[in-house]
Amino acid sequence: MNTMTLLRARLQKPDASAPRCAPPSRAPLVALVIGLVACTLLPQHASLLTRVFITALLVLSLDLAVGVAGLATLGHAALFGVGAYAAGIFALKVMPDPLVGLGIGVAAGALLAFASGAFLLRYQGFTFLMLTVAVAQIVLSLAQKARDWTGGDDGLSGFTVRPLLGRFVFDLEGRVAALYALAVLVIALYLLRRLVDSPFGLAVRGIHENRARMAALGTPVYARLLVLYTVAGAVAGAAGALSAQTTAVVGLDSLSFALSAEALVMLILGGAGRLTGALVGATVFTLLHHTAASINPYHWLFVVGILLMLVVLVPPAKAWAWLRSRVGAGS
Amino acid sequence: MTQLLEVRSLDKRFGGLHVTRNVSFSLAEGERLALIGPNGAGKTTLVNQISGVLRPDSGAIHLRGENVTRQHQAGRVRAGLARTFQITTLAPHFPVQRQIELALFERERLTWRAWRGIDSYPALQAEAQELLARFGLRRHAATPTQDLAYGEQRLVEMALALALRPQVLLLDEPMAGVPKGDGARLLAALDALPRELGVLIVEHDMELVFRFATRILVLAEGAVLADGTPEQIRRDPKVRAAYLGN
Repeated sequence: MNTMTLLRARLQKPDASAPRCAPPSRAPLVALVIGLVACTLLPQHASLLTRVFITALLVLSLDLAVGVAGLATLGHAALFGVGAYAAGIFALKVMPDPLVGLGIGVAAGALLAFASGAFLLRYQGFTFLMLTVAVAQIVLSLAQKARDWTGGDDGLSGFTVRPLLGRFVFDLEGRVAALYALAVLVIALYLLRRLVDSPFGLAVRGIHENRARMAALGTPVYARLLVLYTVAGAVAGAAGALSAQTTAVVGLDSLSFALSAEALVMLILGGAGRLTGALVGATVFTLLHHTAASINPYHWLFVVGILLMLVVLVPPAKAWAWLRSRVGAGS
Repeated sequence: MTQLLEVRSLDKRFGGLHVTRNVSFSLAEGERLALIGPNGAGKTTLVNQISGVLRPDSGAIHLRGENVTRQHQAGRVRAGLARTFQITTLAPHFPVQRQIELALFERERLTWRAWRGIDSYPALQAEAQELLARFGLRRHAATPTQDLAYGEQRLVEMALALALRPQVLLLDEPMAGVPKGDGARLLAALDALPRELGVLIVEHDMELVFRFATRILVLAEGAVLADGTPEQIRRDPKVRAAYLGN
């Protein structure tokens, strides 16, 4: 079995495609409880937790495109970065309200996804994949050139954000930022859960499974995918806006190929197509990055590489069986 | 009899290969029209043009009087056309019932709905179960379609097409690859198709064709060689020479 086949298998697991109908509120509730417990027990790591929540939101958006709709993309950072720049520029030039800024980030991500998706979604497979990279590179290049708006290579900074709801000031420890990011993540997860478990979500998963079949059932395939991609763009834009607002800086790295690739790695780590896998993958990757990079800042990617190889090469059932046998042998 | 499907002077080329040559025919309500011809005669290409997978170079396709030549597949399905494929084309990981429900959601134009869960449409679930029972697939309701026997997958294809409540049904080699043992169930399903449905069947099994069809269209090298009742086709010397053999 070659590498592409293995990767494809990880991105299209049978259980990920088979429609299930757990209550849409279960996963968001679990995420909320875990998030709140983490924020309470680890207040000194609030900024790390904020990063976990924002990254999880980005990977959640990627899961919608890759895991649910089968649109393998390596340009998702463009949607995230556009949301980040839009929220940052809005805070700097118009008004610093965080929720309005978040709305602007959502709109910017959705708009770019709609505009680029109208072109990209006419293609499939590797052509689509390569074109997503091209679109992200064009956006990155535009951000680099538009120095007056984006700050170019120096990044966008110098903006502040008003207290959330006029009451909660973004403190230096980042506790308000963490809770804000968690709230947006949980709401997004709930909304996407409903979307995926609806007739619309079923049709999109059907397109992922077999386009020809869905077209024969009368599904307007292109239109359904364009809507889905626009929603994914809105969620990535929200993640970008949160990143801008909670760090008060937007760099060109928010549009980079590396971010798109890392997000895809996180999705593979957690398991594509379930939405919750995106949360798991983002959490594991971000914590691993944080821990391994603090131990060895030069070779931390080595650990991620090994983990990724294990996830791709070892079937989950085999891994569980091995774990169970180890636990059984230990007791 | 009401004409459901009219194909007028259809023509299609793939580069230098002329695959459909000025093909014209019609299909009436309740008619069972078999499309036969040697391999490479252009049967599936013709079906693909009628269903909207391929666009003809020239000519016209009318469904219930409406010109659908420039319409996408979705528009043709809404106009009352459904099809099955020569090679089974299903969502492999979807449980059978879910797949039927998907067809029902599409028929009722519910797939724009993005809030209510898929399990909150009991009437459609009941209809899906009724369809499964009709095709003897009830016990496979929760089975992913990829785990079904090939003959049963063909039945799911037919159930999906009927779930759309079409007026014209295109069956592209429904018996292809089906083991002898499963053939009887498929034949029974064909016999049980709604009377008023106009059916165009592409098939190589001559026994089935002459048993099922009320009319036969013979295609050779992309052109219509003969069009008539099974008896006329059986006696036609051109057909015998080109296809059935002497």
